[in-house]
Amino acid sequence: MTDPGTTATLWEELVTSALLGTDRRTPPADIMVPGKEAPLALLDAAALHTVRRRAGLLPAPAAELPGRAPHDGRRKLPEKAGKRLAQLLADRSAPSGGGRRGTAPDLTELLPQWLAAANGHGYAVPAAALPALLDAARGRTDLRPQALAFAGPRGLWLARLNPDWKFALRGASGGSALPDLADAEAVGRLWDEGLFAERVALLGAVRARDARAAPELLASTWSAERAEDRLMFLDSLRTGLSAADEPFLEQALADRSRNVRSTAAELLSALPGSALALRMATRAATCVSLDRGAGGPGGGPAVVVEAPHECDADMQRDGVTPVPPAGRGERSWWLGQLVEAAPLATWPDRLGGRTPAEIVALPVLDDWADELHAAWCRAAVRQQDAAWSAVLLGPPAVSPAAGPGASSIAERAKLLAALPAGERADWVAAFIAAHGLSEAFQLLGVCAVPWSEPLGRAVVDALDIARDAGSYPWSFSGVMGLAERCLDPAEAARLELLTAIPDEPEGASPGAGGYWSEAFRRLVATLRLRADMLTELAEQTESDSSN
Amino acid sequence: MNQLGVRWTSEQVLALAPDHASRKAGTKLSTPAPWSEAGSTAEGVVWGLCKGSGSKPYQTVVDTTGPAYKCTCPSRKFPCKHALGLLMLWAEGEATVAAAEPPDWAGQWLAGRRKREEAKAGQEDGPDGAGSAKTADPEAARRRAERRAARITAGATELEQRLADLLRGGLAAAEQTGYGLWEETAARMVDAQAPGLAGRARELGAIPGSGPGWPVRLLEESALLRLLTAGWLGLDRLPEPLATTVRTRTGLPSPAEGPPVRDHWLILAQYNTSDGKLTTRRIWLYGRDSGRSALLLSFGAAGRSPQLALPVGLMVDAEITPHGGAGQLRADWGEQLGPPVPVPAPPPGGPTAAALAAYGSALRDDPWLDSWPVTLTGVVPVPGVADGWQLADADGRSALPVAPAALGRPGLWKLAALSGGAPVTVFGECGHRGFDPLAAWSEESSAMVPLI
Repeated sequence: MTDPGTTATLWEELVTSALLGTDRRTPPADIMVPGKEAPLALLDAAALHTVRRRAGLLPAPAAELPGRAPHDGRRKLPEKAGKRLAQLLADRSAPSGGGRRGTAPDLTELLPQWLAAANGHGYAVPAAALPALLDAARGRTDLRPQALAFAGPRGLWLARLNPDWKFALRGASGGSALPDLADAEAVGRLWDEGLFAERVALLGAVRARDARAAPELLASTWSAERAEDRLMFLDSLRTGLSAADEPFLEQALADRSRNVRSTAAELLSALPGSALALRMATRAATCVSLDRGAGGPGGGPAVVVEAPHECDADMQRDGVTPVPPAGRGERSWWLGQLVEAAPLATWPDRLGGRTPAEIVALPVLDDWADELHAAWCRAAVRQQDAAWSAVLLGPPAVSPAAGPGASSIAERAKLLAALPAGERADWVAAFIAAHGLSEAFQLLGVCAVPWSEPLGRAVVDALDIARDAGSYPWSFSGVMGLAERCLDPAEAARLELLTAIPDEPEGASPGAGGYWSEAFRRLVATLRLRADMLTELAEQTESDSSN
Repeated sequence: MNQLGVRWTSEQVLALAPDHASRKAGTKLSTPAPWSEAGSTAEGVVWGLCKGSGSKPYQTVVDTTGPAYKCTCPSRKFPCKHALGLLMLWAEGEATVAAAEPPDWAGQWLAGRRKREEAKAGQEDGPDGAGSAKTADPEAARRRAERRAARITAGATELEQRLADLLRGGLAAAEQTGYGLWEETAARMVDAQAPGLAGRARELGAIPGSGPGWPVRLLEESALLRLLTAGWLGLDRLPEPLATTVRTRTGLPSPAEGPPVRDHWLILAQYNTSDGKLTTRRIWLYGRDSGRSALLLSFGAAGRSPQLALPVGLMVDAEITPHGGAGQLRADWGEQLGPPVPVPAPPPGGPTAAALAAYGSALRDDPWLDSWPVTLTGVVPVPGVADGWQLADADGRSALPVAPAALGRPGLWKLAALSGGAPVTVFGECGHRGFDPLAAWSEESSAMVPLI
């Protein structure tokens, strides 16, 4: 009817009249109707235009489409497991931690376990769960590695679109799609252009395939990387560290960043056959020697320590920090670093062919014992040496304060981590049986999940004893929370007995029995839920294998 | 019909929750620990005793065919967390809530409920239909209606005068006069018993603060309001369906009187909006067999959740009763005739241009429509284009902007994740402000993903 150009002009005139007011600006004559006030005539014309414009709306030109997310070849999550995930993610805003009460499981705490299990099964994330998953990982750094692995290539694709999820692009490997490693050009391109997380993942994959190719890849761009990135690349070498990495690490000892230098030195010292480890062994050996007689109490043999007198340039190049922290003597500071970095195999040869146990038992002259044993502890941790760790830990029943080297619980936890899983659990079980739960929290944290039966039983027994003693359960809330996450779900039936409200013993804290019952009921409920979770995740596997 | 007792999934249960807090609280109660004497029947009745903080446990019973809920707890939420927790537990299967005979307290409620239902059904089937329940004195009712119409007419005339004054003095001045003038006008319209006019008048007051381009929006909305008052004042000259639309838009209740429509209804979206005093719940349905869209509205006073709640993502064989009026989609939920099943496939849809065309045609019947329910097929969400989002046709040529109401909702990120850059099917409301996505389907999976 009306040509669009005229319509647009007419509309502009209507708007102008409306803005200024019809008293000041008479609307166009052709909309005026005899007998109708000008403002109403204007409104009627505007209504016609508005409805006509809305009815004639056309789509806008599209902006550039986002590229497609890489294909995720992993298996589809079983339906029930998908619902469980949604439930775990939905609960994450719930307050958790201190003063937890009630009998309902704390779902947030189960998320890491769920993610680890799902990743173990090789499932792909359901796309609709991705935003909640990334939000959860944003708030909790402990979740990130598992969450990002589960989020996979689509998670990384999505994270690029939202600044809130930037962490994912630098975080863990992200499980992104890697090029065919035999395709040198594709590998080179991703190495040059990829996101940091993709490059770390690529480096890991290349190393797993060919240990010698990885340092070459690193060296190709090394001088152009930021110090922060150089440090993280070096750190990623920690897993699967081998002699093939030595030449590259040796070069990194001359890096311009001090953190990079010291990390390179630390990694080299963890390689017992490396040139650096041998240099450190030589240095350390000159400081520690055996006095074959008369030195020790009763005239037996003893260890004599002569700490270094200087920290020369070579030592510094090998990662020894010259300046001690406040309150520590220079020479003992240097000694500690030398012994820590020297291969533990140095000592049996140096100290009369003794076993680690015999060496640790030797008296040390002139009050050097604490310094020396502490350095051996750090060496055992760094070199993940089970034999030395076991010796330095000492028997679990001995009071922590009387241990040979590791007096603090934190140091003991680190040594424990170097033991095989079974030995570790047995040691902690014996520790709990002897000392109760009050100091066991950190030690429990390094035990494999689910807890072995002896360990689980030791923890439950100790909780039972604490209950009988009449204390409140929240004094043990840390261990209780760990037990919810780490006890073998198969224990649930046995624990049911403990959920009854006990008679209140004399001298018990008022109402404690009821609270314990509540705490144990939550424990049982959580174990049942974990069992369900794992069953749900396993379901697909069974039907897959039957197909 | 014996399928009615089919256990729902916990997701379907959670979809009934009135708000996020209840959802969370319900989940916490979905473990066997606090429950005793829980049981269910094959007809879909579920009951249990829930230990609360008091000495006496709460009695909770749910009839899933309604669904209808009863709980002795003091919560004003509906369904309460106990009903939700119980249903979640029931959803897990026979092991947690086994089949049993209902205890007396549950049986009584149920019997009463069934009796009322029968009575209602009998009434509707009666010879004079719904009319029999109405007032005994039609003459008095007619006089009341006349009085109300006269008040609305006075209100509409006054509103027109105010609009004319606004245009005479110029919109530029409206920024100074501000909110108060329109608040007061809205109050006058409430007095005139024209809540539809009141709502629109109140919205006019918010436009000058709504950012760039507000004078044009104010002109458009003032013009549409004048169109409505003019429609009311000339009601007797309008064809009946349009007259009903004008009455409804003005704020007169239009009863659900259309013949009931039985269909397999896809429950596509359910969401609440609130103006501070009143919570409005909108539930979008799509009839698989008739191809008809329907909107269920229910209302709750401040702090109370609207009563009606349907499980989003399910399809139910049921009857609805449409309200009158041209282009009106509103309907009332009727009897549920079969068990809910997951929505099997999205409604048929089309590209972006078809969605706008559908909105355009709907405006013919109701020019006051802000949006129209449509399904877009093969569109790619384009996040964050100049602060906005788009849904673009897969060929990358045309696109609809995402409506401002949807921006900042987490559902948009869900949509982007679901798509991964590939085309998806999206159900939503399409209108002059853009497209508001409410549910989506990806290429790989037939499962419907709610976005709100």
